[in-house]
Amino acid sequence: MSYIIDRRLNGKHKSSVNRQRFLRRYREHIRKAVEEAVNQRSIQDLDRGEQITIPKRDIHEPHFGHGEGGIGSIVHPGNKEFATGDRIPKPEGGGGQGSGQGDASNQGEGEDDFVFQISQEEFLNFVFEDLALPNLVRKNLKEIKEFSLKHAGVVSEGTPSKLNIVRSMRNAYARRMVMSSGSRKKLAEVEAERDAILASDSAPEEKAKLAWLDEQITLLKQKIERTPFLDTYDLRYNHHVKESLPSTKAVMFCIMDVSGSMTQETKNVAKRFFILLYLFLTRNYEKIDVVFIRHHTSAKEVSEEEFFYSRETGGTIVSSALKLMEKIVKDRYSPDQWNIYAAQASDGDNWDDDSRICRKIMEDSIVDLVQYFTYIEITPREQQSLWHAYEQVQANHPDSFAMRNIVEVGDIYPVFRDLFQRRQHESNQ
Amino acid sequence: MSRTNKESDLLSQGPDWSFELIQKYDEEISKIAADFGLDTYPNQIEIISSEQMMDAYASVGMPLGYHHWSYGKQFLQTEQNYKRGRMGLAYEIVINSSPCIAYLMEENNMMMQALVIAHACYGHNSFFKGNYLFETWTDATAIIDYLVFAKKYILECEEKYGIEEVELTLDSCHALMNFGVDRYKRPVPISMVEEKARQDEREHILQQQVNDLWRTIPILEKSEHQHRKEFVFPSEPQENLLYFLEKNAPLLKPWQREIIRIVRKMAQYFYPQRQTQVMNEGWASFWHYTLMNELYNRGKVEEGFILEFLQSHTNVVSQPSFDSPYYSGINPYALGFAIYTDIKRMCEAPTEEDREWFPDIVGRPWIEVLDFAMRNFKDESFILQFLSPKVMRDFHFFGVENDVLDPYVEVKEIHNSSGYQGLRQRLAQQYNLSHREPNIQVQRVDIYGDRSLMLKHTMDHGRPLNEDTIEVVKHFKRLWGFDVRLESWDGDQLEQTYTSQINPEETSS
Repeated sequence: MSYIIDRRLNGKHKSSVNRQRFLRRYREHIRKAVEEAVNQRSIQDLDRGEQITIPKRDIHEPHFGHGEGGIGSIVHPGNKEFATGDRIPKPEGGGGQGSGQGDASNQGEGEDDFVFQISQEEFLNFVFEDLALPNLVRKNLKEIKEFSLKHAGVVSEGTPSKLNIVRSMRNAYARRMVMSSGSRKKLAEVEAERDAILASDSAPEEKAKLAWLDEQITLLKQKIERTPFLDTYDLRYNHHVKESLPSTKAVMFCIMDVSGSMTQETKNVAKRFFILLYLFLTRNYEKIDVVFIRHHTSAKEVSEEEFFYSRETGGTIVSSALKLMEKIVKDRYSPDQWNIYAAQASDGDNWDDDSRICRKIMEDSIVDLVQYFTYIEITPREQQSLWHAYEQVQANHPDSFAMRNIVEVGDIYPVFRDLFQRRQHESNQ
Repeated sequence: MSRTNKESDLLSQGPDWSFELIQKYDEEISKIAADFGLDTYPNQIEIISSEQMMDAYASVGMPLGYHHWSYGKQFLQTEQNYKRGRMGLAYEIVINSSPCIAYLMEENNMMMQALVIAHACYGHNSFFKGNYLFETWTDATAIIDYLVFAKKYILECEEKYGIEEVELTLDSCHALMNFGVDRYKRPVPISMVEEKARQDEREHILQQQVNDLWRTIPILEKSEHQHRKEFVFPSEPQENLLYFLEKNAPLLKPWQREIIRIVRKMAQYFYPQRQTQVMNEGWASFWHYTLMNELYNRGKVEEGFILEFLQSHTNVVSQPSFDSPYYSGINPYALGFAIYTDIKRMCEAPTEEDREWFPDIVGRPWIEVLDFAMRNFKDESFILQFLSPKVMRDFHFFGVENDVLDPYVEVKEIHNSSGYQGLRQRLAQQYNLSHREPNIQVQRVDIYGDRSLMLKHTMDHGRPLNEDTIEVVKHFKRLWGFDVRLESWDGDQLEQTYTSQINPEETSS
C-alpha cells in the first residue's frame, strides 16, 4: 500500500533559514565581495544580484582523514595495457592518486572557490548596510499634507458603493434563520402530524383535522416566506479611514561641472556616485524626482543623457548652478513637501571670485532648504578656492553639508559609506 | 519472451504523468515486486518541485533537520551548480523510515517516475527493511520522531543560550561526527516521547557522574595514593569520541551534552548507509531493471517507454574508465548492479569458472541467493564474498600501490587468474570504513593533573593524518574544555604530535 502525496504546495524555501545562517556567518567575506563589486560594476548594473566568491578553505569544515603519504592502495577500472608488476611514473606534482583512496564520496573538488549568488535585495542590503540618510527625522515633523485610505474593518453604515456583499448576505442569512426558526419548528411538527394521519387508516373525524392541518401548513409557509430576504440592518459596509502619510517624496539634485577641464573619466566617477545616491534614496523614499543641473559658466537643467554625455567647453562658474537649483526648488519642490538631497560633483575648478559667492548662496539659502548636501571633488591635485570656501560651510553646518575628495574609482564606495555612515546621535533617536 | 501486446493493457501513453497514473504504475510495480518476493515497508511517495529537491539535498535528504549554516552552504552549492547546469538533480531521494518516504520530482516524465518508484520504493525500501546493518543500527519507525525532537530541542537551545553558542557546539560536533559511531554495541532505539522523558533524567544523572569523576575534595591521603596508581582513565581506549565527550567532558553544560548526543545519533543513523553504498545502490538498480523489464514483458508499457528507460538505466550504471575525464572513482551503482546481475547469471547459467569459484551458488534459485546476499553483508564483505572473476574482467579492474617515497606507482594485480584473489581483497579493503578512516582513539586523561587529554592515532600503512587535523583537535578541545594532544603512532614509533594551542578567547565557549 502506497500513499501518494503532493508536496509541491508546501513551502519551497525550507533552506532559507540555513541560508541566512550561512550569510550571517560569512558576512565579512560577503561585504568585501560586495565592496569590490560596487567599484567594478558598470553603472546601470547595481540593480541586480551579485555572485559572491569565498575561498573554499575559508568555509571548509574540518574532519579527521588520511593525508598524503604512506602506502596507498587503490583499485581502478578500465585497465587497457597494464600487466602485473608494471611501474608507472607518477604524474608531475601530484601524489593525488594514492591519497584519494577512491573515497566513494568524491566531493572534494580541490581548492576551487565557493561561489554562490545573492539576490539584488540582499546585495543592496550589504551595499547600504549601516548607512542612514541624515536628517530623516525632519520629514516627520513636517506638516502633514498627504493621506492614504486604509481598511479599518466593517461598519453598518456607509455608501452603497462600499457595500460588503459577503458580510451583508451572511448577516441576512443568519437573521432569516433566527426569525423563521419558530415557524419552521412548528411547520415540522404539523407536517409530522399530518403525515402520521395519512399513514394510518384513520377515522373520518381525523379527515377534518387533516384539512385544518393543511391550512396551518400553508399559513406557516407563507409566514416563513414573508421573512425579508434582505433587511436594511443586514447591510455592512467596508470602512476606510484616512491615515496621514509622512512625506515620502524626495528630490535629488545632481549638479555637475561640465567645463573643459572635466574629462569623461571624471564624469564617470561622478556618475557612479550619483547612481549610488539614487539607489540609496530609492530604498528610503517611494517617489524620487531627479533633477540634473550641469554648468560651465552658466547652468542649465538637462536630461540624464545630456547630463552625462554631451560635451561642453568653457570656464566654470559654480554659483550659476546653485542659483538655478535654488530657483527650481522655489518653483517646483517646496521644502514643506519634499525631502531635498543634492550631490555636487566637480574637479574643483572655479572662477576665483565665484567661490565666495557660492559660499554665500550655500549658507544663506541652500543649507536650509536641503536635507543633505554632498560635495565630491574628483581630483588628484591640490584643492582650490571652491574647496576652501565649502570647508567653511561644512564647519558651520556639519549636519546638512558634507564634502569629500575622490581620487580614483576605487574611492567612490568608501567615500559614499563615509558620507552616509549612521551617526551616533541619529541612531539614538 | 512471450509478450501479449494488447493496447488495452498499456498503463499509459505519452510522456506526461498524473496522480492517477502514478498510482496505477505503483500498484502494478508493487504486484510484480510481490511476485518476486520483495519485502518492503509501506511507501509514501511525495511529489516535489526541483526547488524542494534542492532543499532536500541540503538537509542530507532528511525531511526535517535542525538549523545550521553548513546546510545553508550545501544548499547554495547545490543551487549554484544546478542553475549553471553543471549538474542534474538526482531524480530520487529516499529515506530509511517507515513508511519509506520517496521523493519524485514533478519535472520528470512518466517513465522516470516509474523508474524512481521501482528504484526507491521497492529497491531501496526492501534493502532498508532487509539488510542486517539497517535492522541492527536504525529504527525506521522512530527516525522521523527523533528528527522532530532534535529540531525542537536545538531550537529551544538557541532561544535559551543564543544561536552563536549552539552553532559553536554544533560545529565541533560535526567535525567529529564520523567518530561518533558505536561500531560494536547495538543501540536500543526509543521513540520521541520516551526520549523526552529520559532526557531530563539523563541531564541530572550525567552531570552527577561527571562531577564524580572530577571530584576534587581530597579523600584520605593514603587511599588517594593508591588510587593514583590504580586508576587509569579511560580504562580502555575509546573509539567513539563523541560518546566519550558526552559522558565525560568536565565542563559541558547539560544541553551541550544533549546536542552531542543528537549529532551522535544522526551519525549512527547514517552509519549503515555509509557502509552499504555499493550493495544498496546495486540492489535498487538491479530491481528497477528487473521490475521495469517485467512491466514490459507483461505488456503494461510500450516499446518507446522501455527504450527510454534503458537509456536512463545505462547512464546510471555506466562506469567510465580511470583515464576518462568523467572518472571519479568506482560508480557504486555500476559495481553493485554488475555483482547482483552476475549472481543471478551464475545461478541460472553457470560456467566452469563459476562452479570452481562459487560452488555454493550455482544452480540454486537466484531469488533466494540474491536475498541472502542482500541481507547479511556490508560492502566490504559483500565484495569479498560475491565479486566474481567475470565482473572483474568486465570492469578491467587493476590494483595499484602508491608509496609516497617511490616515484612510481606499482600495478599489483590485474584481472587475470593470478590476480583475482588479491584484486578482490584490495577492492574490499577500499570499502572498509575502518581502512578509509583513520583510527583515532581516546587514550589517556590526566585526571589528577591538568585534565589534559591524549588522543592516539594508530597509523595504517604509514598514512599520516590530513591537514585538517589541528583544526579538528581544536574542536575536540572546545568540547573537552582542556588541552588536547593527538599523537600519531606508526607501530612503536611516535611520528607526529598535534596539540591544541591555548587560546584565551576560545575557552569561553
